[in-house]
Amino acid sequence: MARALINVPRKAQRGEVIEIKTLVAHVMETGYRRDNVGNPIPRDIICRFLCTYNGVEVFRAALFPAVAANPFLSFFTVATESGTLEFQWTDERGNTETATATVEVE
Amino acid sequence: MDNTPQDAAATRRKFLTAVGGWVGSFAVGPTVIVRPAAATPASLAAAIGEVVGDTPVRQGKVRLELPPLVENGNAVPLTVSVESPMTEAEHVTNIHIFNEKNPQPNVLTFYLGPRAGRARASTRIRLADSQKVVAIARLSDGSFWTDSVDVVVTLAACLEDLR
Repeated sequence: MARALINVPRKAQRGEVIEIKTLVAHVMETGYRRDNVGNPIPRDIICRFLCTYNGVEVFRAALFPAVAANPFLSFFTVATESGTLEFQWTDERGNTETATATVEVE
Repeated sequence: MDNTPQDAAATRRKFLTAVGGWVGSFAVGPTVIVRPAAATPASLAAAIGEVVGDTPVRQGKVRLELPPLVENGNAVPLTVSVESPMTEAEHVTNIHIFNEKNPQPNVLTFYLGPRAGRARASTRIRLADSQKVVAIARLSDGSFWTDSVDVVVTLAACLEDLR
C-alpha cells in the first residue's frame, strides 16, 4: 500500500510517558473530487489505525475523509517494558500496512 | 351548438399555462442554492447525538487546539487533550472530532485507555470552509465533555460537489 514513517524514542525510563509520531503515505481520496476530464475520482480512505505494545492495544483511531492526505497521528503511551510497538493502517478495501518500532526500557 | 368541446379545450389550455407558469416561478428559485453533500449544523447535531445519546455534554476538561486562521484547508494541524489522570479507574475512553461544513460531519475518533498515559493526540485534517470544529471526549465514568473552536479558512480543501 504505502510507506510509513515512525518516530519513537529509542530508550525510555520505566513508567515514562513517551510520544509516538506516525506518518503514512496515502492519498486519502475523499470521493468528492473529479479528475481533469470530469469523471469522479473513486474514494480511497484509510479508515482504521491501531497501535499495539507487545501485543496489547494502546491506541486506536477511526479515520474519515476529513483527515488530510498522508495521515499523521501523534499520541502517547507509558513505557512499561522493553519491546516492540506495532502499527497497522487499514484502508476501506481491506489492505493493511504495518510497521514496527522497538523501545528499550531501563 | 357543437362548440362546447372547443370552448372546453381553450379554457383548459389557458388554465394549464396559467397554473404552469405560477408553479414554475416557485420551483426555479430555491433549487439554485441546494447543495447535496454538506454537513450542516443539523447533521453535526445528529452525528453528535449518535455518539452521546441522551447523556448531557458538559463544557470543560477538553482542550481543542487549531490555528484560528488557516491558510490551507487541506492540512490543518489539530491537537486535542483532556484533563485526566489516565489510571485504570479514571481515564478517557474515546475522543470524537466533528465539523460543521465538510461533506461529512465526522473527522476522526481516537480510542485511548489507561495504557496511553496521557490523553493527548494530534493529527492533520481537511476543512472545506470557515467553520466550527467540535471535540467530544468520553470518560471511563460515562460522562461526556466538549470543546469547540471556530476556524477561518482562506483556501478551502478541494471539494467539487458530485451531483
